[in-house]
Amino acid sequence: MDERRQMRKQNNPIPPLRFEMLSQPRYLSAIRAMISNVAQRFGFTDTECGQIALAVDEAICNIISHGYDKRDDGRIAVSVWPEEEPAGLRLVIEDNARQVDPTTIKSRDLDDIRPGGLGVHIIREVMNEAVYEKRPGGGMRLTLVKRIGSGKLAPLENCSTEGGRT
Amino acid sequence: MMMMMMRGDPERFHVGCEVLADGVILRPVGDVDLSRSPVLRCEIIEAQKKSPQRLIVDLAEVPYMDSSGVATLLEAWQTARKHRGKVILCNLQEKVKAIIEIARLETVFTIAKDCEEAKGV
Repeated sequence: MDERRQMRKQNNPIPPLRFEMLSQPRYLSAIRAMISNVAQRFGFTDTECGQIALAVDEAICNIISHGYDKRDDGRIAVSVWPEEEPAGLRLVIEDNARQVDPTTIKSRDLDDIRPGGLGVHIIREVMNEAVYEKRPGGGMRLTLVKRIGSGKLAPLENCSTEGGRT
Repeated sequence: MMMMMMRGDPERFHVGCEVLADGVILRPVGDVDLSRSPVLRCEIIEAQKKSPQRLIVDLAEVPYMDSSGVATLLEAWQTARKHRGKVILCNLQEKVKAIIEIARLETVFTIAKDCEEAKGV
């Protein structure tokens, strides 16, 4: 029985992997390594592992820069679930930062060439699903899904063209 | 005359600098993410103070870059445009090349295969 099936069978509402970090960029490299390692274990290619790690990196950067306004004492939690049919990974990134209307979370116009504003675009390009929502208790939740062998791309749900995290 | 300098913590992220007759080569070493891009940004600002004709960023030792690194390079590109200088990226590793393509900037930056080619662009 592969690891994904084994975890599913346990039917545990607690994510098989969950970790928390402070909103400090110094931990990003460790997060990338961990996520990439987990993805590799579940059968993703090296390229896909890199894409998942990049998406998580960009999501956390957005939380640090925009959600917590670069404060270094905010909490960020990342939970990981294996997905079946189709096989993949689901990653949920939660914070206690300032809430924003999910429909305002957007990438900048790519033809408007200037520094910044690319994080959401990158997430959208490399993941199959990316859904932002407000957490009932405060803060935001981003759910990311990557399917094995899917290449890319799916629409970035709950995102439109005005303001918010980029 | 060529001058070699090294700034930053040598065991972590650092940026080497080589002065050319008509410009500067910067050689960051390590991942360029949100924790490191401010260091690269400072080095680029310093290198661009004298409005070099060409700023070459040699990315041979940069295995990973996120959007904060891309933003840093775009800022350099904007600065260079103001004084009609060039920013040339060279020796891009796979992941760095990928993010530049995802950001659709491969035609914005001048990209060279290696430093020798970058010096002739």
